[in-house]
Amino acid sequence: MSKPRSTVPADVPVQLLHGDVALSGRPVLREVDLTVNRGEFVALMGANGSGKSTLVRTLVGLNPLSTGRLELFGRSLSGFHDWSRIGYVPQRSTATGGVPASVWEVVASGRLTHRKLLRPLRSADRAAIRAALDVVGMGAYAHRGVAQLSGGQHQRVLIARALAGRPELLLLDEPTAGVDLPNQQALAGALRRLKDDGATIVLVAHELGPLAPLVDRAVVMRDGRKAYDGPPLTDADVHAQGFDAGHVHCDTGLGTAGSTSAASAAVPTPLKEL
Amino acid sequence: MTLFELFSVPFMQRALIAAFLVGIAAPAVGTYIVQRRLALMGDGIGHVAVTGVAIGLWTQTSPTWTAVIVAIAGAVVIEIVRERGHAEGDVALAMLFYGGLAGGVFVTGLAGTGASRLQEFLFGSILTISVNDLLVTMALSVVLIVICVGLSPQLFAVSQDPDYAKVAGLPVRFYSILVAVLAALSVVIAMRTVGLLLVSALMVVPVAIVQQLTRSFRMTLLGAMGAGLAASVGGLVLAAALSRTGANVQPGPSIVLVALAGFFLVWPIGAWLRRRRALVAPFPETSPEEKPVDEAHPHHHGEKCGHVAVEHGDHVDYIHDGHRHAAHVGAEGEHYDEH
Repeated sequence: MSKPRSTVPADVPVQLLHGDVALSGRPVLREVDLTVNRGEFVALMGANGSGKSTLVRTLVGLNPLSTGRLELFGRSLSGFHDWSRIGYVPQRSTATGGVPASVWEVVASGRLTHRKLLRPLRSADRAAIRAALDVVGMGAYAHRGVAQLSGGQHQRVLIARALAGRPELLLLDEPTAGVDLPNQQALAGALRRLKDDGATIVLVAHELGPLAPLVDRAVVMRDGRKAYDGPPLTDADVHAQGFDAGHVHCDTGLGTAGSTSAASAAVPTPLKEL
Repeated sequence: MTLFELFSVPFMQRALIAAFLVGIAAPAVGTYIVQRRLALMGDGIGHVAVTGVAIGLWTQTSPTWTAVIVAIAGAVVIEIVRERGHAEGDVALAMLFYGGLAGGVFVTGLAGTGASRLQEFLFGSILTISVNDLLVTMALSVVLIVICVGLSPQLFAVSQDPDYAKVAGLPVRFYSILVAVLAALSVVIAMRTVGLLLVSALMVVPVAIVQQLTRSFRMTLLGAMGAGLAASVGGLVLAAALSRTGANVQPGPSIVLVALAGFFLVWPIGAWLRRRRALVAPFPETSPEEKPVDEAHPHHHGEKCGHVAVEHGDHVDYIHDGHRHAAHVGAEGEHYDEH
């Protein structure tokens, strides 16, 4: 089980102990323990509103813990400054900036963790940007405006931005939402190459689709708590065990597994496109 | 006096230098303001700065420096209210703007200075700029330009995607407040040129002009600086030329009108470019069903049919009356699906 705090080795990318998170006063995560080991590919799954996105945002420090302790690579969050080891792919937002930006520029901001102030891009930076674009298959689009891209292409650009920093730990928030199958397959190919290179990957997904073969371990969230943590589940398992059952209050006793096939049918994988 | 002679007069030369630098610096800051979708922030700071100017007039100190202090304070408050993202935030900001303008006029009254003195700051008075004012303007403009260009990778990342920037370890809050402070400084240096009530135009309109044409942030930033320079100097020359005919045109409004004219000149080109790009843009992921066309197609699309060919996945579409035709060989022979 969870190790004593003082002995968390520096090569454990993520360790969250008894994490509680409240957003505008409303508790969203309750007593979540999560350890991600080096080289693991962990899928965070669960229904909309189950807290999986909140959890991944918490792991990168965007949501403060109200209680509990988070360590990244063996350092507590407040003492962690080695952000170049972490790559974060936020949920794709349709809101871009009010000014045009090219694919190259967006991906180049992924090198900021390696750049000093007031210095131009070095050739190593350029090589990393080009390599990241090639991994996601967007090399030919470097000088397009991001506003011209389709949803799946935009998602791949955001992944390239995270890859450009050459992270050891990559956290992706719903990278497959609203992305068509060919783009999901391209994404799966890119993640497989990273995994083969030894990267640790934490991925939030509603449905795994083509990513399923990559997953080493599944964590299913329900109502802000960890409902399952173990070997990979198929999408069908997640539904069948009732993990995907919309909004069920645990304390009513109605949310037990098996009672919710109708409820899960009523939840039509609403992709967060808005 | 010819136009050339007019520009050999010292006050006109000072005006030209000020217009030149402010024309570059204000749009540089404006690019970040527009990127953050805060195009009206400059207006707000301009209103608040009126109080700063009035305090300077009242206390008989330099209105420029009191305006700097009050504008920075106002800009930081605006940024904090924005960051909190409260629903009542815009009402709070509106009250701040009204308070700034009303306070300025009120304090000017207390000072007993006539409204004409305040008007110099409200609508600009580039022709009365003193050597001292010019030096301050030059120094601040250079600082603004250096920061906006030098820190552009950081400022771009923070404005484009604050969450990502935070995970990249950037001090997002510091950079956000820095942009607000830069906006306040550009309001103050531009107040002698275009005036506090029109200052936002010089920050925003050049950006609006060039982003019709550009696809990258860098080109937008540099282009806006060029467009701002052209509008600023062009407007000053226009006002000077008109003043020779006996009219009394202030440079501030003419600079803004020249910038707006530039926008309307470029807009049709931008509309044409957007149309072209829309035709080669990828399809939305959830593409609507393809509708086969029933009517007989008068010709076969091919290399020589004159319709624009667009690659689409494994086949080529032809643009025909604003939509795409994809050749499709079915049991009944070749026909075209409309996309």
